[in-house]
Amino acid sequence: MTELTDRARLVAFLTTDPRDSGCDEALALLHVYADLYAAEPELAAREQPAVAAHLAACGPCAEDLVGLLAAITPA
Amino acid sequence: MDPESAEWVQALASTGGEQLAAERRLHTMLLRAARSEAARRNVQGSIPGAELDDLADQAADDAFMSVRRRLAEFRGESRFTTWAYKFAVLEVSGKFTRHAWRRPDRPVEVEDWDALRGRLGMQPEAASEWRELAAALRQAVEEGLTPLQRTVFVALMLDGQPLDVVAADLGATRGAVYKALYDARHKLLTTLVTGGHLTSEVVAR
Repeated sequence: MTELTDRARLVAFLTTDPRDSGCDEALALLHVYADLYAAEPELAAREQPAVAAHLAACGPCAEDLVGLLAAITPA
Repeated sequence: MDPESAEWVQALASTGGEQLAAERRLHTMLLRAARSEAARRNVQGSIPGAELDDLADQAADDAFMSVRRRLAEFRGESRFTTWAYKFAVLEVSGKFTRHAWRRPDRPVEVEDWDALRGRLGMQPEAASEWRELAAALRQAVEEGLTPLQRTVFVALMLDGQPLDVVAADLGATRGAVYKALYDARHKLLTTLVTGGHLTSEVVAR
């Protein structure tokens, strides 16, 4: 059971999403994605699947999105 | 473009008092966002108060200049304020990276293969299983990756360096380092499956 879990974890890490836009495109569209996400998270993923795939895999870009969402969300 | 965003663009593109008032409002807005973002990222308190304020102020100034310089590029795909805040957030992000890059207590390069286990959240009980996997992975890293891919993989996954710090070390962009890791992951998975260390059933999960 543990064996499978470890292998599965390694596979999960090594598996890449072919839709992944990469950092440059994700950052170029981050403001668009943030407005969509603030309205409805599923809408953002639907409208910008390549950016969503990237944000799911790239910690620094996801952190930038968190910061941007905090900035545009009223306190 | 929504009416509020159009108003921002019109005011910033105007001249005289209207432009000045819009610029002041924009700078105040960016400064507030930069300070808030700097405080959010400084949860461990690694940057002392006065230095953090300076970092946020500089980020706000740089973001303000970027917005002014690139105003004509704004097409209304988002609210203007979201577009403008992005510059503040990215400036703070970049300045935190440069701060981390200069820290004397950065982790040294030790190629800690056991650290990778923890980083991937693997179970501590399955040590023998991991040894076999790690040996295969290590061989694939050493023999199958390009020098850049190997450097990036080791720095990120074994040494635990933040991606942006690795990019700064290499004089590369975040995107270039991410792409190198992306390609490395794809290549390593293919190699491990081909070598029989991971099965297609596991990959399908």
